[in-house]
Amino acid sequence: MLLDESLIFERGSAGRAGWMLPAPPNAVELPPELRREDDLVGLPEVSELEVVRHFVRLSQWNYSAATTLYPLGSCTMKYNPVVHEALVRLPGFSALHPLAPDQLAQGALELLAQLEAALEAMSGLDAVCLQPAAGAHGELLGMLVARAHHRERSDARRRRVLIPSSAHGTNAATSTLAGYEVREVPGDHRGLLTVRAVAEVMDDSVAAVMVTNPNTLGLFEEELEAIAALVHERGGLVYMDGANLNAILGIARPGDMGVDIAHFNLHKTFSTPHGGGGPGAGPVAVRASLAGYLPIPRLVRRGGQLAWSEDAPKSIGRLHAFNGNFGVLVRAVAYILRLGGPGLTEATRLAVLNANYIRARLRGSYHLPYDTPSLHECVFSDRDLQEHGVHTVDVAKRLLDYGFYAPTIYFPLVVKGALMIEPTETETKETLDAFVDALLRIAEEARTQPALVRDAPHQTRVTRLDETRAARRPVLRWRPPARESAEIP
Amino acid sequence: MSGYSPHTPADVDAMLRAIGATSIDDLFAQVPAGLRARATLTLADGLSEPALRQQLEALAARNTGALLPAVFLGAGAYPHWIPAVVDQILQRSEFATAYTPYQPEVSQGTLQAMFEFQTFSALLLGLDVANASMYDGASATAEAVLMARRVLPGRRTVWLSRALHPHYRATVATYVGGLGDLELRELSFAADGRTDLVPLRTAGADALCVVLGYPNVFGVFDDVIGAARLARAAGALTITATAEPLALAYARSPGASGADIAVAEGQSFGLPVSYGGPGVGLFAARETHIRSMPGRIVGETVDTQGRRGYVLTLATREQHIRRERATSNICTNQGLCALAVTVYLSLLGRHGLRRLAEVNAAAAHDVAARLAEAGVVRRFAGPFFNEFVVRSPDAVTRWETLAADGIVVGLPLHRWYPELDDALLVCVTERHRAEDIDRLLETLAPAATRARAVRG
Repeated sequence: MLLDESLIFERGSAGRAGWMLPAPPNAVELPPELRREDDLVGLPEVSELEVVRHFVRLSQWNYSAATTLYPLGSCTMKYNPVVHEALVRLPGFSALHPLAPDQLAQGALELLAQLEAALEAMSGLDAVCLQPAAGAHGELLGMLVARAHHRERSDARRRRVLIPSSAHGTNAATSTLAGYEVREVPGDHRGLLTVRAVAEVMDDSVAAVMVTNPNTLGLFEEELEAIAALVHERGGLVYMDGANLNAILGIARPGDMGVDIAHFNLHKTFSTPHGGGGPGAGPVAVRASLAGYLPIPRLVRRGGQLAWSEDAPKSIGRLHAFNGNFGVLVRAVAYILRLGGPGLTEATRLAVLNANYIRARLRGSYHLPYDTPSLHECVFSDRDLQEHGVHTVDVAKRLLDYGFYAPTIYFPLVVKGALMIEPTETETKETLDAFVDALLRIAEEARTQPALVRDAPHQTRVTRLDETRAARRPVLRWRPPARESAEIP
Repeated sequence: MSGYSPHTPADVDAMLRAIGATSIDDLFAQVPAGLRARATLTLADGLSEPALRQQLEALAARNTGALLPAVFLGAGAYPHWIPAVVDQILQRSEFATAYTPYQPEVSQGTLQAMFEFQTFSALLLGLDVANASMYDGASATAEAVLMARRVLPGRRTVWLSRALHPHYRATVATYVGGLGDLELRELSFAADGRTDLVPLRTAGADALCVVLGYPNVFGVFDDVIGAARLARAAGALTITATAEPLALAYARSPGASGADIAVAEGQSFGLPVSYGGPGVGLFAARETHIRSMPGRIVGETVDTQGRRGYVLTLATREQHIRRERATSNICTNQGLCALAVTVYLSLLGRHGLRRLAEVNAAAAHDVAARLAEAGVVRRFAGPFFNEFVVRSPDAVTRWETLAADGIVVGLPLHRWYPELDDALLVCVTERHRAEDIDRLLETLAPAATRARAVRG
């Protein structure tokens, strides 16, 4: 049952209010030039029940990880444990003000210290900052740390960052934001970064190399240790994007690979819910020699108490108003405690098993551009479907009809028409089989009735949406019917 | 225990056979053995759900500051009532466990809610267009400065009010620090707590933007109209940052006051203070600058049958398309928190929101008046909303002792402004009960309480 639902602004009736406090005994007026100009015209006038129905109906238009397999590559859409939602709502966490005296926040500080220690242990690095609100936020932190490191050494020649062509777009955008130029390094025929390719472009102008390991093809960068040695020898740093850490927890540590700076995506590897686009958390781990550059405040132990300290003269400063997405950090701690060391390693092993199972069952029916053994995800392409006029986007849309979300598509860019599949460890063999069967049927449909695939989806609330029209004639908000202009002349 | 993984030994065997491997270890053959030998996790074994609950409940219980009713802290995080409806909607898995809506046909719930969020942001901030959220108010302020840099390339001087929240200022400094081509200049504050705009009169062709808190960190409404007039005369943009957006239900919107870009922290609208996060950044601007905006944007369109629907749009600004030439590196934002704001503002609506703002203003002004009556005067005379600064050297000195006794009387400002060594920033909202307020008065002004008792 999918009921129609207009915008909340199009509902209701003048004078209605969903949630109202009694009027205060005294009214306070602002000076005329400071008074609200429009009497809030345009805000909804609806009842509580209208609001409940509105959002319950909207929720029913969504696929989610709790609805169906969500095989988005590099997104690690594993099960988000329900108990975490109860824990984060404990008043001791949710009602704690960020400027409360440290002595009244020892439980929160202890939780953050435990998370820092766990992430240090998992990464093989020495210091962690929990402030970043997402992976890209962590990348910015990391590259500003790299910049501060070179500046401290008065090394002004370094203006460039090396990035493999298979990298996430955030890596390139982050480098620019940190004041660097980007130079792409191609992978080899196996899909891997080589010492040789890096050596060709590595010189005194390079501040850092940003790598994702395993990379976006799901392949372990087996030359990374040697690449890191080369980069270090020429005075550069190695940054690792931890988007794919779910493939190597307990198997290999960034610090042991020669990585100097790495970020974690707690909303991927550590099961915090993605929320339809956040909130996430992107903690960063660094080597001891870089710890002094981490943002303030830093968590320190003084006597038996934990405290925040802003005494960090080399720090790059702040990236967030307070202590990052604390509620997300609570959920990640709960996940780590629940699984423990052995459970986290087992999760990695089964994530890799699941991805390899899908790869084994699909190869032969879909083109596999890189045959190198892969870990937690696998990347196919639409090469063999094109003769029927069927493309990656069509396969993705048709999967929706079969009740599955689509893989990540057209990424990584090194694969034309990529279908990037990451099942995670929390899926059963039965679900994986059903998903693979759907993809096999779609490959068959592409041959026998390609129009059915090209016009998909057929079973969803709306059919394909006109994205060109949205971009050419942007309508980005609802507007009240006759809004009075309140511009200051 | 393997946590939430469902695999039976028979499943594993069958899957390995299909793969053609003899063990799971085989699947990691490409990872060098030296790395594998060192990577064993030293963490403890996993806990059962009851044991996990006990452990986290014990940690939560040690946050005694969260359980006190008499906490008068604001300064960027504001305690407000959260209607039960908001959290019930947030806990719906259909919203909470969805990814960024890459497949719009099965993500219309998230997309329509984001479109509504953009509308709320634009309406409240008084500007044409808004994005689908930023990390928080501080990083949104930094992104606003970077957006100004794209709109007015070549201009270098950023005028930052010293009365802008110090954490916001620090975040701006960090964000622009890597680029190295902008110069930050501070505008000091005047005796009434408002930003001193006089130096802006000298702003010239190099001026990029002026950034004001609205209200500022002292709770005072800055003169955005005046600042915008001076900025416009210099060809620069005006940016406002609002940490307490409830004030905008009551005060002139930034857009109507002349701001070109307005950002806010949305935590007040339906999210707990949660030790500082997650909150959500609201970000709005004039339509002419839309292609310079950072972040995700949702737009309206139609499907192949002409039905209205929503998609992520204007993606050519973004990192996954434009890579190193993107307007920002932001990818994941604060989607579920933006949903909280959307549900909250829908529920309170036009009348409930205005009433809540009136209740806040009345409560704070009443406390300020009663303190003044007892000789505890406001440090700044400028117009305020639900936060104000008083002189109370004694309370500042005894801040931690008082906290240990169960009342956090506000925030001593000397940590940020050494010259304000006797100043206390006090926030009063609808959450504070009469007895909490009496306790505050008793603590800050024992004489006032006595006088009231005599009168009563």
